[in-house]
Amino acid sequence: MIHKYHDKIALDIIHQVGAKPEMLVQILRAFVVKFSYISESAIRLIAKELNLSRAEIHGTVSFYHDFRTTKAGETVIKICQAEACQAMGSRQLTAHAEKVLDVKLHGTSENNAYSLEPIYCLGNCACSPAVMIGEKVYGKVDTKKFNQIVGFKE
Amino acid sequence: MNTSTKIFIPRDTASISMGGDEVASKIEEIAQKEKKEVTIIRNGSWGMSWLEPLIEIEIEGHRVAYGPISETDVIDLFEADFLNGGSHPLKLGNTNDIAYLKNQQRWTFRRCGLINPVSIEDYIQNRGFSGLEIALQKGSSHVIKELEKSGLRGRGGAGFPTAIKWQTVTNAEGDQKYIACNADEGDSGTFSDRILMESDPLALIEGMTIAGLTVGANKGYIYLRSEYPIAHEILASAIKTAREHNWLGKDIQASGFDFEIDIHIGGGSYVCGEETAMLESLEGKAGMIRFKPPLPALEGLFGKPTVVNNVVTLASVPDIIDQGGSAYSAYGVNRSKGTLAFQLSGNVKQGGLVEIAFGITLRDLIEKWGGGTASGKPVYAVQVGGPLGAYFPDSLLDTPLDYEAFAAKDGMVGHGGVVVFDDTADMAIQARFAMEFCSIESCGKCTPCRIGSIRGVEVIDRIINNEHREKNMDLLSDLCETMIDGSLCAMGGMTPFPVKSALQYFPEDFKPENK
Repeated sequence: MIHKYHDKIALDIIHQVGAKPEMLVQILRAFVVKFSYISESAIRLIAKELNLSRAEIHGTVSFYHDFRTTKAGETVIKICQAEACQAMGSRQLTAHAEKVLDVKLHGTSENNAYSLEPIYCLGNCACSPAVMIGEKVYGKVDTKKFNQIVGFKE
Repeated sequence: MNTSTKIFIPRDTASISMGGDEVASKIEEIAQKEKKEVTIIRNGSWGMSWLEPLIEIEIEGHRVAYGPISETDVIDLFEADFLNGGSHPLKLGNTNDIAYLKNQQRWTFRRCGLINPVSIEDYIQNRGFSGLEIALQKGSSHVIKELEKSGLRGRGGAGFPTAIKWQTVTNAEGDQKYIACNADEGDSGTFSDRILMESDPLALIEGMTIAGLTVGANKGYIYLRSEYPIAHEILASAIKTAREHNWLGKDIQASGFDFEIDIHIGGGSYVCGEETAMLESLEGKAGMIRFKPPLPALEGLFGKPTVVNNVVTLASVPDIIDQGGSAYSAYGVNRSKGTLAFQLSGNVKQGGLVEIAFGITLRDLIEKWGGGTASGKPVYAVQVGGPLGAYFPDSLLDTPLDYEAFAAKDGMVGHGGVVVFDDTADMAIQARFAMEFCSIESCGKCTPCRIGSIRGVEVIDRIINNEHREKNMDLLSDLCETMIDGSLCAMGGMTPFPVKSALQYFPEDFKPENK
């Protein structure tokens, strides 16, 4: 699913999405989906193809939470930190996740197996707390369900 | 004769997050084993999220509901002969008779749950595209007249009259105009845009097309948040189907009118839900907000006149044109006309979507629909209108849900999100979070928001730690005023509302002896 960065694949993506400055956010998104992060080489290539400066690309990359600049863990786990989930214990769930995965929020585990990220609302507020793994959303996640979905054995 | 039994299993996020896909596979598997003919239809959600996955069996033209169903319940259901409506502890009776749904006034969401969201046939059978057909016949001025009669106001939160916005764009000079649909539903506790896009996306497509026809735009964009992958999938497939049936594209239904829609996905930024930040992001840039004026209606996307409307606003339009503006304004109170799809969530027993006329009280909504808290403990605080909305205590729960009535209490109806907290909530922590969230999501353009929010977190920390308490209380209240008066947009300008309400109504939570 996640590919190692390669200029050839990256170039295809840029032209598939549209090599125009107005498509920059869409290109960056496609890069994150493909490579999990935006590398320095990716920034150089996009700048060249869109005829923008690297600083401009960097400015856009750093603005958006989705556009990480370091490689993500094999499994990216996002736990909703917004109010509706807070009301149903997402803070406690996050603490539990940090413990069982041995990784801090915003961090990637040492073996590169997991990245744990905050997310602010998955629109699944009536089934809170909500967790997203990859692109799959899980509802009413208590510590037991969390262990089950990440495959953690107690 | 077709003897296959129709089974409806929603493919909306809530259903899937609670195992809807696994339930569908399990039903298929057992049906095959037991040689039962079944047709599984992945419909949209009725919005009764706490019952998801809610599955329905069609029996003699009625739909019988069971829910919430987990994968492990499926064998039991077969044993109880659910395909013929057999009794089972999870049987809910006829869907239409479920009080939660029956007592609503569904307008914009009337097809949600009923139909297969990507079926043009289902959509047309339920009066889909009737509004657009009228608009194509009667033209721009008719649409604006009906919108004016309807009293429809922007459902994204700001409540600006839709007719005035559309009239402004119609009158604006421009070789190119755009329709930009704001589907960046980032407010915590809100999911009505999501349910609409996942359950009846063609209504949004029809609404955008009517907008294009009215103001003279042939291009629309849907700015969809990246947190909604299922909505993306369903919306993309609905757009494709609409194109194939000539409800989008060139010369729509031989009318001579062209209209196209593209989806752009956001980058996980809350402030991009602010209309000018969204326009910047649609142009491929960082989502820094713009100064207003000029209004987007005059200089919007790529500097051209642009209608910026929220999903639910646009999706409400087709039926207003079809049934007439006065039919819509017959609902509601005062200057809040029509219905709003409230979204009940947080610590509530029966969370979900409740579309009802404005004017119902917050208490009725929480008690009659929500069934009280999920924990069974008393309701302590209720945040209405997303993370920038005030926290209301019990004494304000009888406030009617009406834009002006809420504003009079320093609250905000906003996009209709209602988040309930029980008495384990610590409002000092919630106030701190409001500032913290602003510091994380501020676009950074103006100082009160960018710096104020960071100072806000620090000052609240000092209050919680009982350092120079009185002085810091004064400082916090000064800071709130500066942010309200000095910020460029609602992000910094409204973050103080949850903070101030927490201080005003829950002062005991800020006292050191309670820490």
